[in-house]
Parts: sequence; C-alpha cells; structure tokens
Amino acid sequence: MCAVKQPTTRTAPAYTEFHPRWYRPQVSVYWWLFQRQYLKFILRELSSVFVAAFVVITLLQLNALRNGPEAYARFQQWLQTPAAIALNVVSFCFVVFHAITWFNLAPSAMAVRLRGKPLPDFMVAAPNYAVWLVVSGAVAWLVLR
Amino acid sequence: MADKIILEVARYSPERDAKPSFQSYEVPVYKEWVVLDALNYIKDQVDGSLTYRWSCRMGICGSCGMMVNGEPKLTCATFLSSYAHNGSKVRVEPLRYFPVVRDLVTELSDFLVKLTKVKPWLIRHDEPPLTQGEFLQTPDQLDRYKQFSMCINCTLCYAACPVVGLDPVFVGPAAIALAQRYNMDSRDQGTEERTAVLAHPEGIWGCTFVGECTRVCPKHVDPAGAIQQYKLKAALDWVKSFVMPGEHKSKDVRSEAAND
Amino acid sequence: MEASSHDVLLVGGGGAGLRAAIAAAEVNLKLSIAVVSKVYPMRSHTVSAEGGAAGVAKSDDSLDEHCYDTISGGDWLCDQDAVEAFVKEAPQELLQLERWGCPWSREPDGHIAVRAFGGMKKRRTWFAADKTGFHMLHTLFQTTLKYPPITRYDEWFVTKLLVDDGRVQGVVAIELMSGKIRAITAKAVILCTGGCGRVFPFTTNANIKNGDGMALAYRAGAPLKDMEFVQYHPTGLPFTGILITEAARAEGGYMLNKDGYRYLQDYNLGTPQPKPVLRSMELGPRDRLSQAFVKEDQKGRTIQTPYGPIVHLDLRHLGEKLINAKLPFVRELCQKYQNIDPVRELIPVRPVVHYMMGGVSTDIDGATPLAGLYAAGEVACVSINGANRLGSNSLPECLVFGARAGRAAAAYAATQQVPDGKVFAQANDERRRLETQFLFRTGGHERIATIREEMQKTVETSAGIYREHASLAKATHQLRELQRRFGDISLDDHSRTFNTELESALELGFMLDVAESIVQCALHRTESRGAHQRTDYPARDDNKFLAHSIVSRNFDGSSRVEYLPVKITRWAPGERVYGETSKEQSKSTPIRQAV
Repeated sequence: MCAVKQPTTRTAPAYTEFHPRWYRPQVSVYWWLFQRQYLKFILRELSSVFVAAFVVITLLQLNALRNGPEAYARFQQWLQTPAAIALNVVSFCFVVFHAITWFNLAPSAMAVRLRGKPLPDFMVAAPNYAVWLVVSGAVAWLVLR
Repeated sequence: MADKIILEVARYSPERDAKPSFQSYEVPVYKEWVVLDALNYIKDQVDGSLTYRWSCRMGICGSCGMMVNGEPKLTCATFLSSYAHNGSKVRVEPLRYFPVVRDLVTELSDFLVKLTKVKPWLIRHDEPPLTQGEFLQTPDQLDRYKQFSMCINCTLCYAACPVVGLDPVFVGPAAIALAQRYNMDSRDQGTEERTAVLAHPEGIWGCTFVGECTRVCPKHVDPAGAIQQYKLKAALDWVKSFVMPGEHKSKDVRSEAAND
Repeated sequence: MEASSHDVLLVGGGGAGLRAAIAAAEVNLKLSIAVVSKVYPMRSHTVSAEGGAAGVAKSDDSLDEHCYDTISGGDWLCDQDAVEAFVKEAPQELLQLERWGCPWSREPDGHIAVRAFGGMKKRRTWFAADKTGFHMLHTLFQTTLKYPPITRYDEWFVTKLLVDDGRVQGVVAIELMSGKIRAITAKAVILCTGGCGRVFPFTTNANIKNGDGMALAYRAGAPLKDMEFVQYHPTGLPFTGILITEAARAEGGYMLNKDGYRYLQDYNLGTPQPKPVLRSMELGPRDRLSQAFVKEDQKGRTIQTPYGPIVHLDLRHLGEKLINAKLPFVRELCQKYQNIDPVRELIPVRPVVHYMMGGVSTDIDGATPLAGLYAAGEVACVSINGANRLGSNSLPECLVFGARAGRAAAAYAATQQVPDGKVFAQANDERRRLETQFLFRTGGHERIATIREEMQKTVETSAGIYREHASLAKATHQLRELQRRFGDISLDDHSRTFNTELESALELGFMLDVAESIVQCALHRTESRGAHQRTDYPARDDNKFLAHSIVSRNFDGSSRVEYLPVKITRWAPGERVYGETSKEQSKSTPIRQAV
C-alpha cells in the first residue's frame, strides 16, 4: 500500500527564500540567576563540585594515614580549623541536595514496569532513599559505637 | 477581584523597530476571561495591529503559547483573574528563545525541520496488505507510549529549556519525545534509524536534564523523562555493542517483527 | 509576480486535506503536491474532535445498518449512493490510519475497540481515548512528513481561486510571514478548509473556521449545497463555546431555567425523575433540547449574561466522587477554561453551533461542477449528512472523501497542461485589489469586530434554531447592508509582516458571503427537516423538498437557489421519530424490511 520505502528528510522548506528581519533575542550570561527553577538546576550541577571535594578530602585523609601517625594528626588538626569545618558543612549540604534532587529525578529517567503496569514514581524513588538510609545508618553505627 | 488590569504586551515590528518594547493596555477582568481573551479584546476594540496566533481556545491546537509573567503558558488556559490582585500587571511576551517575527508571533519553521528530522512516523520493514487487518497492540503496549503521543507541538518546552537557548542546533524536548513515542510503539521498527539521528550532542546527549520542559508541559507529556529513558537505552546499546560485537548489526529486524 | 506551480494543490491541512495529499502522492510519487494552509497543519480544527470515528468493525454489525442509521439520522436528505460508498470505505480508511500509527484504543486482546455513540444503533465508533481528532490529525501530519512530493505552504492564506477557460488553475495566496502575495498555479485544486461555525456568535468551532473554502468556491462559480442545515449542540459553555458532552446528562445532570425548574417537562419530553431515563427529559434528542431552550428564552425564563441567554446544567447532586470517576474531562474543561467547578457550581450552558451539514456541492469523488475544483471534509457537501449529521460520521468523512478527492484530482491533473500565463494577469488584479481595498487603504470608518458581531447576531436571529419568513427576509436586507459597510472598513494595521488584521478582514468578507447563502437557502426551503426548523412550515414536505438546495452566485453578486433531487438507492423516506414511541416505530417501519 505504502510505496515510499526510503523516506527522505527535507531541510528548510523551499519557499522561505525571503524573510522579514526577525528579532533574535540574546541569552544573557546570567540566565540562570533570574528564575528559581534555573537556579536550582545550576546549584544541582554545582553540587557535583562538592561531591568531588568530599572525594578529594577522603583521598588526602588516606594519604595522611599512609604517611604515619604524625601526618595523620596534622591532617586531623587541619580538619578542625574553621575553614575546613565550613568547607565540610557546605559540602555536606550540597551533597544532601545532590542526593535528594537526583533521587527525585530517578523515576523520570527510569520507566519501571511491573506486569505491564508502570510503577508509581515514589516506588522508583523510595528504594534509593532506603539504600541511602541503610548505608548512612551502617556508617553511623561504625563511627559512633 | 480588580475590575481592570494592565496588560504589558511586547511589541515588535520588523519594519519599524530595532528591538521589542512594551506597550500597556488597560483591559477589563471577568472571572471566565483568560489572557487570550484580553488580547482579543485589545485587537477587536483598541488596536487591530496587535499580532499573535490563536485558534481553538480549548488547549488542543497549540497555537497560543506565550510567556506570561516570565512563564511559558497556553494563554487560552491562563486565567486573567489569577493575576488580578494588588493591582499587579500581567506581562505578555513571545515564547522565549525563538526568533520573533512580529509582536507575539515566533518563528516556527526551524522547529518543524527538527520535528521532521527525528522521523516521527511509523517505520516498518514489511507492509502486509490491509486485508490482514490491524497490527495487534494490547492496552499495556499502548500505555507504554501513550503519554509521549499527547504532544500538541505548542513549543512551550522549547521556551523553558535553557539548552535550546544556548545551543540553537539542539533538537529539543518535543521532537525527541516524539521520536521516543514511535520507538516505544510496539508496531514500529525504526528505533535504529532514529537513534542514528539522535545519539549525538545536538540530540539526546545535548540534554542536561534541567527538567523544566516537563514542568511547563500543558499536556503532561514528560519530555525530560523521554529523553533520559532514551539516553539510558542508547548507553546500554552502546555497551552491548562492545560486549557482543557484531550482534547488534547483524540482527535481522524483519524476522524479529515476524515473530512479534 | 512570483509564482510556483504544482500538479495538485490542497487548500487546508486538516484531516481531509492531509488525507487527500497522501492519496494523491500514492497515485503517482512523481506528482508535485502542495498543501497550502493558513495555519500549521497540526493546528487545524480536526484536532478538537473528541468522540470518535464510525466504521463497521465487529461481526454483530453490518454496512447496511450503518447506512440506515446515517440516512434516517439525516432525515432522508442524504445521497444514498454516497452513504453506501462512505460506509463501505470508512473501515478501510480507519484501518489505514492504524497502519500509520494512530493510537486507537484497544480491546484486551489487542484488537481495535469500538464504543456506542448517539444515533448509532450498534457499537462502531473507533476512538483514541477522548482525543480522537487530535490523534488522527497528528498521525496524518506526521505521516505526510515522509512523502517528498508533498510541499507545505504553512501559514499562507488563500484569497482567490484562479479560473480560466472554465477550469480552476490555481490560487492567489498571501505568505503571512512576509506579506508577499503570490500565485500558486496547479492543474487541480482541492478545498479542505472545514466549516463556517464562526458565522454564528456561539460555536464550538475554532477561530479559523470562517467558511473560507465555501466562499472561494462560491465566488469562483461553484455552487454551494444545503447551506441551511446547521447543527446545534444543546450544551456548550456560553462564552467559550466549549462542548459539554452528552455524558453529563446521561449520568443524571439536570437542565434548569432561571427559577431552578427542570423546564424540559414543559416541552413534551417526559416527566422529571430523580434518575436519568433514556429518551426522556435531559436525554431527549439534541435538536429537541435546543428548541426547548429557544422557547424558554421567549418566555423570559433564561438567565441573561454578557454572553447572551443561558440555562444551567446542574451536576452538583451527583457528588464529587461520581463526577471525578465518570466525567473527569467535563470537570477539567469547566475548571481550566471557564473557571467553574461543577462539583460546587452550576454550569452555564446554551445551544451552540457545532457543524455545517452543507458546503461546496460535490459528486461522490469530491469533484465540483467547476472543472479542476474538488472539495472534501466539512467544507464539502457530498452529501452523506443530509439534514442532520450523526456524531462520529464526520471524522471518517474527512478520510473517505479526502482520499477519493485526492485520487480523482491526481487522475484529472494527469490529463491537464501546466497553466499558462493568462492566470497571472488575474493574480495581479487580485494583488492590486488586496492592496488598494485593504492594505494601503486609509480613512475607512468601520471596525472589523463591529461588522462581524452584527453579522453573527443577524444570522443567529434569522437562521438559528428556529427560522421563519419575516426574520429571514429581514436578514437578507441586513446582510446586504453589512456587505456595503464592509466596503468602508478601516484597518489599523498596514504592515506586510504577519498581518492578522488583514487576514481577519478577508475572513469576514468570506463569512458575509457564506452567511448570505445560509439565509437564502433557509428562506427558500419552506418545510421543516432535520436541523432546519421553520415555525411557519413545521412539517416535512417530501413532495417539494426531497431535494438539495443549490445556491449559486449571479453575475451581479446576488444569489439564486435551485433544487437537485436526492439520490435514493434502497431506503425510501420514512418517519424520523423520537421519544418513547421510537422503539416501536423503528421496528414497524416497512422500509427497514426492504434492506
């Protein structure tokens, strides 16, 4: 019935050879500042930097541990400086923000279906939160016991 | 409720202006009036040169998308009264990130080119005669792509997507969602053809998952979801092509379809 | 003047236009096909259709039954050969759409699902949830994208048909984006511009439905048919014209006048019961309900609003739970577009113009009496709808007759030469007319909106739900006066770029011609049939009027109405009966046995 076997994609239609002068709005460098949702997106992207910061701190800690008790003591001392505490607090907030925003986005990225029916969003997000809670609990138990 | 409200409307005439400016009109507010009714009031009674698109006034034709107080909206489904408190003004502008033809009319042919690019039609390798009846499709199979088939091409999602603004070659939310609508359709055999077009930086990989497209969509299509699901699938296919080289290419889609 | 040339040219890119374009392309992929539309095709009004598309699909149904439902529903004014072709081809067309990807709703086993619909005695209405027209239009549009022979002229407004040597050879159109006025020549032209609901003040029709194609054909010398048959739907929202489906009344909604009284009991429609009773009160037929509204208004028992008289549809007693479960779309439409919550508030409703049964007169292949001109869809009158269209017949009509017109036009185009230079002189004249009468003209005194509103009021008062001689005769004069005032129109907008005011003015010109044809046909048909109810001639008159009204334009611009007998094949005219007696009547109708 349908005789067209090789669909071709046409580019711009042939009749638009003449255009009036369109106004092309410029996107400001600060486009992300003026809208709450965009700001939230940029902060989410920025949070990756603090996730990396945590990794770097952990690596430095391991390095200090390798260099002997003295180096480790020095590292612990640095951790107690106001700058290090501030960095850790800020990083912690961003990492929490990072985790929550990504967990909330998970249902949108993964269409999980059970017996042909889509799982409700919270059912996809919930396991992420559950694992997070369990791991955090385990770590807290290890540290605080 | 205020009896009157000030509508600040973006005006741009390519024959006269270098850039858009705002013109204020005082319009009456009735409970059942939407922003579009106020524009129609201006056009009919005050200034016939005000230029905008509209048609169905029931949120299905997709013509009347504009920025209302900075948010992409279908103006036929945005009540004027919801802005009419404390003497506030309503600012109406053309949809963001599109070239402006005149006043509130944006340029759409680029969107149409992008839409065509993703091959939004049912691709089959076989065409059984009509006498063989319909392709069978269960309600569950229909449900898999139904949401992505609800797009009215209103382009609000393009006006919400900063990637569209920063990178004009980005294919964009609605077009990719439409590609995914056909990919997910159990009757379709064209996923590979579409992925060849879309697995590129100007296609699915251009999306940074801002998620605004989904938030502003008046038909709950969830383009952001469609794109992330597409990414996941493309990534898995790519991994598979390493684990099982050759497998991917040699697979005969025709025989698969016959077994379907 | 710049020009481009094609083999087949479509005016309008809705359901019928896109189907015709594909049909023409499939006849011969070497043909050059143009779709000229004043809006992007996916904005066309096909998109708003909700209910479904009728086509015999299941084993308990038959083609003859669909024919009979259609013909009796149309009060025997349908051409029965056309109905038979339509009914036969509708299922194939709907199936073809499935093959192109239309997301039809399904049975659990994967087959197409069908639902019941008003006036159809068997389940045969295919549907895609409650957005059937939307899915059909987008499927068709997306499918056209894969056909290289189809060139689209999006947002081009056709102002005139080019006729030379007794045949149509193209169009003159304005490219809205640039304001350029150009000739697009073609060996065959198909009109698919839809109906003309906007001639009336209250309509479910979109802003783009101005009868453009009807006026283009009428001015070019092709006659219009059965223009007096205009379908009203009894429950539309007064301001927006948005349709509130019959289901709201089927679930038990009440129709109340200004005193909160269920007024339908005064109009021979049964006695009020708390629960809905089939074929009684609120569940009486559409036209009877619309007629009762007019009577109630004459008694002064409607509510006056800035948007005309209304009555109320009361759903409050049904409760939020039932409304959410059974009528979610009704609630959504009321909340989103009228700012009313039917759970707590009364819904203001009034009869609204929904569909035009009449249109450009065509044969069974969409060909008009004017060579080279074809028409399909609501703009055309084949006629399968007769005096009253059945719900869910209009979408398949677009497909069946769109495809037929596309194939016929492609075949005709193959026999024709490329239009020669003579039509370009005409096109230049048209350009000058547009520029001097509208674009560059200053000093007019009339606003477009004023004339449009007065026209709408005139047509509503004279050719509304009830008609009679005096008001129709008066309307004839009023419309002539409005035509004169239209000549003194003033435009604020003299820009070339996307001049929507110029477009509105030209549309108003079209509508004035269409309005005249409606009033003239209504004036001359001195009987009552289907949607045409004359208070001065309340009975159907098969001796005189088992015939189509054919209205043509005289050289002096006036119109003349003639009659063309209805084509009867197998179903002799019978009584169209409503109410409690209808069941027995349809059983005992002798013609039914002749099937």
